[in-house]
Amino acid sequence: MTTIYVPCDTTALSLGADQVARQIQQRADQQGVEIQLVRNGSRGLFWLEPLVEVDTGQGRVAYGPVVPEQVTELLESGLLAGQPGHPLYLGPIEQHPYLQRQQRLTFARIGITDPLSLADYQAHDGFAGLEKAARLTPQQIVDEVKASGLRGRGGAAFPAGIKWQTVLDEPAGQQKYVVCNADEGDSGTFADRLVMECDPYMLIEGMAIAGLAVGATQGYIYVRSEYQLSQRMLDEAILRAEAAGYLGDDVCGSGQTFHLEVRLGAGAYICGEETSLLESLEGKRGLVRSKPPLPAIEGLFGQPTVVNNVLSLAAVPYILDKGGNAYAEYGMGRSLGTLAIQLAGNIKQGGLIEMAFGVTLREILEDFGGGSFTGRPMRAVQVGGPLMAYMPASQWDTPMDYEAFAALGAGIGHGGVVVFDDTVDMGEQARFAMEFCTVESCGKCTPCRIGSVRGVEVIDRIRAGDNRDDNLVLLAELCETMVDGSLCAMGGMTPFPVQSVMKHFPEDLMARPAPVEA
Amino acid sequence: MHMSEQNNPQPEASLAAGDWTPDMIRAEVNALKHKPGALLPILHAIQDRVGYIPEGAVPIVAELMQQTRAEVHGVISFYHYFRTRPVGSHVLQVCRAEACQARGGRELERHIQTRLGVAYQGTTSDNEFTLEPVYCLGNCACGPSISVNNEVHGRMTPQKFDRLTDTLTTTVLELK
Ligand SMILES: Cc1cc2nc3c(=O)[nH]c(=O)nc-3n(C[C@H](O)[C@H](O)[C@H](O)COP(=O)(O)O)c2cc1C
Ligand code: SF4
Ligand code: FES
Repeated sequence: MTTIYVPCDTTALSLGADQVARQIQQRADQQGVEIQLVRNGSRGLFWLEPLVEVDTGQGRVAYGPVVPEQVTELLESGLLAGQPGHPLYLGPIEQHPYLQRQQRLTFARIGITDPLSLADYQAHDGFAGLEKAARLTPQQIVDEVKASGLRGRGGAAFPAGIKWQTVLDEPAGQQKYVVCNADEGDSGTFADRLVMECDPYMLIEGMAIAGLAVGATQGYIYVRSEYQLSQRMLDEAILRAEAAGYLGDDVCGSGQTFHLEVRLGAGAYICGEETSLLESLEGKRGLVRSKPPLPAIEGLFGQPTVVNNVLSLAAVPYILDKGGNAYAEYGMGRSLGTLAIQLAGNIKQGGLIEMAFGVTLREILEDFGGGSFTGRPMRAVQVGGPLMAYMPASQWDTPMDYEAFAALGAGIGHGGVVVFDDTVDMGEQARFAMEFCTVESCGKCTPCRIGSVRGVEVIDRIRAGDNRDDNLVLLAELCETMVDGSLCAMGGMTPFPVQSVMKHFPEDLMARPAPVEA
Repeated sequence: MHMSEQNNPQPEASLAAGDWTPDMIRAEVNALKHKPGALLPILHAIQDRVGYIPEGAVPIVAELMQQTRAEVHGVISFYHYFRTRPVGSHVLQVCRAEACQARGGRELERHIQTRLGVAYQGTTSDNEFTLEPVYCLGNCACGPSISVNNEVHGRMTPQKFDRLTDTLTTTVLELK
């Protein structure tokens, strides 16, 4: 029987995938053709979504992007038989250059499987890592993660193995927690979402391994409120994993307990900061805590807690299954393994690109991205989220490596790459960086709370041509005050995009002809 | 698998201000208060049920949670997602973040405000739409994006937006 795949992730859905799926089923019924319709995850080739795949027994061929209005003509031109001919026909999807060039270790399954099918997951190496971990001592598990060189993918790039060791070394017999940071607030990022929507068992497996490693019996996944589909997928996946013995009172026959619960955030960017997140999980305002104490020692409800990003935890099943050394063979310098690059904004071929560290930004923008969406020259790229620098073309040959980016005053953050074409007004982008901080500051310290408000005002004056030179000096000083005087990176890094505009795009801070809108 | 069907329950249109009872709030609190750090799940449950968190719910939550009203207020006001006023039939969120800006998000934002005649946090006079800003919907390769009752719509244009609002309001009229 012919199998038809229509993805069910947020991006595919946002472009009409449900309608496409319904229409294909209806038309097939009308024609009396028996098909099996599978709602798979997305492969992350987002410019091709909704990407419809057809398997007639000779491998999967694809068509995309399929808008609902085109379903009829596609069926008439032989979609159900996987026939070429239609302009949307893409051929065997696994040979697509966008996928062929990637090194998908973590995202090996996305788009291939039905996200909630345990059988699919198991058939593609699923739970192999957890089964191994169940037979190891906690120290052996932590050693494997250390050997992989895995650094936290949430932004700070702290070595995951060392964090786990700290929690493991806290006296046993007390309550410990594993908390997954699924707040994914950075514009330009969607890899956490892809994991949760398209391969949720991978995250569950990674967290269960973390639980065994540090002796934690309870885990929480803190999902941002914008990701309610992720929440529903995870809730269902947790139930099924529990029923199958991968979670609960005896994880994989290890005799260890690990329970998992999803909690929803409530629209606060700062709750991605780990201590703010813990406050929020405790049912409080998300005010940032001062460190020390580290969450590894006094975390959730004052107990030792591993806090890791979705992608950090999602890398762990591979590491346990294939070995830390196998993972560490990828990458460069101290940035080992693969990075989930999320290509977004004004780009022709946006999507998920998992590559070993070391690929240059230009390769991502040009070879994968194919240039801007509008066809105009690209002008600025913001890598690493709203708190990171805007990079001009002269910096695009930099390899994606934590240290190489840091040397430029830039950062990789969570791996988001947001592209702007030459119509961008960088003065407006600088203003937005400050404005975002006024909206999202937790309010605990003055340089961040008040400084950002002043930042917006000063940039408005500069753009209005009001005492430009004096106000530029003022802006530079204000940025320094925020960098030096803020408790966390929200206030401490908001100046980075602003400073990068002052340095690399100063011409955009000249007076603007029209007044700026609020 | 039906998880993908975007048919989230949304606050029923008939639930306007006053359409809640203290017992309703108590039931939500009592169902969840055993959980560690239960306040956010409770506030979510109330908002899911009523459409917003009524002022009058605060003392009830505070009493059952053995917290002060000020504490509960403080939590509600900290989070952008929690609303303290009733909303229109459809909650429309417009992504204001960078990746959408790079694809015409600012123009779209202006178009939407003009077309609906409301600013952020406002509700149209016919009570159809409440407009809210949002900072990233995780759909950043296919922007600009908006969400309607928690369903994301990508590659939005002013024309597509007008068609979408027409469809939404027409459907509602037919149902009446
Ligand atoms: C303002 C701010 C926002 C953050 N947002 C996130 C986020 O959305 N997701 C995330 O994983 N980490 C975020 N972080 C980083 C976390 O504080 C923390 O470093 C991370 O969760 C640790 O996990 P990792 O070591 O696996 O990266 C943020 C940090 C700051 C200062
Ligand atoms: S820098 Fe800003 S967000 Fe961070 S603790 Fe201070 S006020 Fe809160
Ligand atoms: S920036 Fe708009 S969806 Fe991410």
